[in-house]
Amino acid sequence: MEVTHAGIPSRQEFWRGVRDEAPILLGVAPFGLIFGALAINAGLTSAAAQAMSAIVFAGSSQFIAAQMIGSGASGLIILMMIFVVNLRHALYSASVAPHLRHLGLGWKLLLGYLLTDEAYALAITRLNQPDDSPRKHWYFFGAGITLWTTWQISTAIGIFVGAQLPADWPLGFILPLTFIALVVPALKDRAAVAAAVVAGLVGLATTGLPLKTGLLAAALAGILTGMLLEGRRK
Amino acid sequence: MNIWLVMLLGGLLTVATRLSFILLIDKMKVPDWFRRGLRFVPVAVLSAIILPGLATRNDVLEISWHNPQLYAGLIAILVAWRTKNVLLTILTGMGALLLLQLLLIAH
Repeated sequence: MEVTHAGIPSRQEFWRGVRDEAPILLGVAPFGLIFGALAINAGLTSAAAQAMSAIVFAGSSQFIAAQMIGSGASGLIILMMIFVVNLRHALYSASVAPHLRHLGLGWKLLLGYLLTDEAYALAITRLNQPDDSPRKHWYFFGAGITLWTTWQISTAIGIFVGAQLPADWPLGFILPLTFIALVVPALKDRAAVAAAVVAGLVGLATTGLPLKTGLLAAALAGILTGMLLEGRRK
Repeated sequence: MNIWLVMLLGGLLTVATRLSFILLIDKMKVPDWFRRGLRFVPVAVLSAIILPGLATRNDVLEISWHNPQLYAGLIAILVAWRTKNVLLTILTGMGALLLLQLLLIAH
């Protein structure tokens, strides 16, 4: 398809991003709901739970941070976990960076804040398309802000629902169940299985350590195991 | 550390990670070992939470045949493996736990 250098108008790019993000929201909204309910269950106030969705704005690390706050982990360990869990975003950053070079600092900060897994998946597809439209960042913004809005609203609903549920319901059990649902399908080869088993066992063995330091050690042990096994195979 | 401070720093850390290459383009390249290691981050971190989460009841480690969470977790793992369905895994695991708790109380 031949596209003129003028490219597609900003508004059209923006709404395309919004529309393409819509089906993904079906998968994201339930997690926002679960996060809201869980954060309340872990002892966070409604304000803190909602603020975490706005300030941290990163699904899996929010779950982990809420659980760690609830179990009295030290702030430093929580920060280290957030950092490790979100390290993959540096890869996304490297991959979108060449396409955003022409933008001002404001745009870069805004799109960086919105660079989640689900926004990245769509944005990079659009950015890599061969037409040289200079306004593809509007598509990125449309997809990202749609996801952001959904995440905030579903968190709010989760907070509300979580506060209504009886206190003796084993809601905390939803967290390991959610993680099981995410991990098991990802165990596609021996290296991944070994990483999971080692991390789980080290985590179990170090449960008694103060301030949840064991969690970080277990995660690192699992990552190293996976890397070692994968390296040996090649 | 105050919970609000943790959240603020956690947010800054996350944005900094996401901005890293966008702001430092041409100055850095992603090393290969880093890329390989990242694949194992979610699996390792989540597993490190799952197993202690299943084995801990009321903040006490309980690895025994009497802990219903271990059975419910095992059922959830099977469901996740066969269906790859997040919602179904959570519902089955939760249902199994509630049922097992009822049975244990009844006996």
